[in-house]
Amino acid sequence: MSKKPPVLDVDALIDDPRTRIIVCCGSGGVGKTTTAAAVGLRAAERGRDVVVLTVDPARRLAQSMGLSELDNSPRRIDGVGADENGENGGELHAMMLDMKRTFDEIVEAHSDPDRAKQILANPFYQSLSSSFSGTQEYMAMEKLGQLHRSGAWDLIVVDTPPSRNALDFLDAPERMGRFLDGRFIKILLAPAKVGGRFGVKVLSAGFGVFTGVITKVLGGHLLRDVQTFVAAFDTMFGGFRERAEKTYQLLQTPGTAFLVVASPEPDALREASYFVERLATERMPLAGLVVNRVHRSGITTLSAARSMAAAETLNERGEHPLAASLLRLHADHMQVTTREDRLREHFSSAHPNVPVATVPAQAEDVHDLEGLRRVGMDLSENKAAGAA
Amino acid sequence: MLAERTISVDRVSVSARDTDWDGVRLHVVTGKGGTGKTTVSAALALALAAGGRKVLLVEVEGRQGIAQLFDCPPLPYEERKVAVAPGGGDVYALAIDTEEALLEYLEMFYNLRRAGKALTRFGVIDFVTTIAPGLRDVILTGKTGEAVRRKRKDGSPVYDAVVMDAPPTGRITRFLNVNTEVSGLARVGPIRNHADTVMKVIRSPETAVHFVTLLEEMPVQETLDGIAHLTEAGLPVGGVFVNMARPPALPKSYLAAAGKGKLDLDEITVGVKAAGLENHAAEIARALAAEAADHAQRAELQAREKKRLSRVKQPRYELPLLADGMDLAGLYDLAEALNDQGVA
Repeated sequence: MSKKPPVLDVDALIDDPRTRIIVCCGSGGVGKTTTAAAVGLRAAERGRDVVVLTVDPARRLAQSMGLSELDNSPRRIDGVGADENGENGGELHAMMLDMKRTFDEIVEAHSDPDRAKQILANPFYQSLSSSFSGTQEYMAMEKLGQLHRSGAWDLIVVDTPPSRNALDFLDAPERMGRFLDGRFIKILLAPAKVGGRFGVKVLSAGFGVFTGVITKVLGGHLLRDVQTFVAAFDTMFGGFRERAEKTYQLLQTPGTAFLVVASPEPDALREASYFVERLATERMPLAGLVVNRVHRSGITTLSAARSMAAAETLNERGEHPLAASLLRLHADHMQVTTREDRLREHFSSAHPNVPVATVPAQAEDVHDLEGLRRVGMDLSENKAAGAA
Repeated sequence: MLAERTISVDRVSVSARDTDWDGVRLHVVTGKGGTGKTTVSAALALALAAGGRKVLLVEVEGRQGIAQLFDCPPLPYEERKVAVAPGGGDVYALAIDTEEALLEYLEMFYNLRRAGKALTRFGVIDFVTTIAPGLRDVILTGKTGEAVRRKRKDGSPVYDAVVMDAPPTGRITRFLNVNTEVSGLARVGPIRNHADTVMKVIRSPETAVHFVTLLEEMPVQETLDGIAHLTEAGLPVGGVFVNMARPPALPKSYLAAAGKGKLDLDEITVGVKAAGLENHAAEIARALAAEAADHAQRAELQAREKKRLSRVKQPRYELPLLADGMDLAGLYDLAEALNDQGVA
């Protein structure tokens, strides 16, 4: 058997007062949101004042925390108690990112009422603020920055948008910057500023061709919408950019901890691998890997092959059909756990220093605080089991 | 190297085809993250190609999942043959790159390739592909639609079918409903015309949107919601593909007893001993019973989710969980299962 990876000590992470932000990331369908909620709950019950920011619109998560639904402002979760000694209870709040609302609020906060009205009514803005492609990532970063700046939270736990790939949200600020610094914006602004900041001379070479092409492809109507939007939005771009960069830097500070979440499947672990490498490149602090939905067996010493052989012995003799069935079931089960172990070992041999914690597969989805609590306990038990 | 496996598939032949989706040429495959959308798309493409057809498998999310499945290097923006189907038939694959597709579009419709390059310099391509809402989706669906409509010189379609590994359930309606998506942006003009053309293909009986799910609560809920949303938007709902299905591995009577925690521990212990596992037989028996109880609980939950799925009238197909994990051979097994169930 290969060398065991270090164990991810979740309790040490959430008990450390220096941990201020935990980001749960990973590919879709691996249980990121549940992990975020479970970690948040456990931290609150161990004395932290926590807000969980989720981008997952699944209503079930809200329900599991006793709320009919989550919205764009933090709601206090009832029934979050102290530890077994009745001490150290913190508070848990939860909210769900409403990207349009968040965007609207930024517009309202950073421009005068008339201009805000003009922006909010712009068809291009309306489309931009409610579309899924990219906006969600920017807004998740904005919201995280807002929550952090408010200083109201001792610990912020976020999950990342279910984007086409898990790295999208890390690229959001840079993409935003590239767009804002791009000549496109300047050109769009140019007609309003002929002779102004951007001399006509600089632009005249490409400009005619440019607007010609744009009009031809997009239609003049869309171009006008975009232009009005950009003109009205102009003064806000700087602030946007600056905040996005600050949040990005915040993610590089030691107060932030990334939890990469995966399931024991090749795709999910491959994405997790990419993510671990990317975080290293970005110098963002990785706390470890959480592998959800791991199958375990009570008798790992009885291998699939031996169990199958035992079942066949009974079959041949036509004896003890019950035991034979159960032994066959166990063989199937061991086949799955062996495969999962192998996948995890693959990950760990590529990333030997990344601490790992596993959470066993539950037959049923999490429905209530008790369920979240159990996930939190499963997470922390890794340390105990690792030490034993 | 091309994936190939020679098995005789008698029931699949080009001429005598009687399947659930005859006449459908664009198969859009969606599902909650983690349900195996890409795997099912690939298996479906193989199944559709079986018996000598030509099928294009399209990836739109830039994850290179298809290349991984077919064990080939990352796909460029180019239609490449990735597998040979049982009984002859070719699966081509294409990973659509938004930027390339946009430049191609500009060239095709406006003869503007050079201008397109200039647009890249100006940051317009960045704008369209990452920031401008909806435009990206129009480009992706547009390219797919083009492959569906593409004809040979003799007027016959180049591809008998196109399978799209589409975005997850949460985004699918929006993704396909490009018309509505761009309506706020472009009421008239070329983008609008392009969206209209794409929409015509998507709304036609030549298209089916299939859902991949697991027999678990969340994926089933998303499937039911997704079907409702698509129906509401007037988009053609296809079949429901239950992936990684694990039929109960115990006889019914044992399953019932295990569920109630009423398995005869003594009998199991005796049996385990008789099978040659003398050491710790009682301990093994207890663990076996616990595993059986867990299995029974899962079986019950799966039955419940299956019942919920039966509320929708869409045909349902089952793909088995492959104990050894997903590999190329497994992909062919899944394709065969789809052929057997009359999907293709």
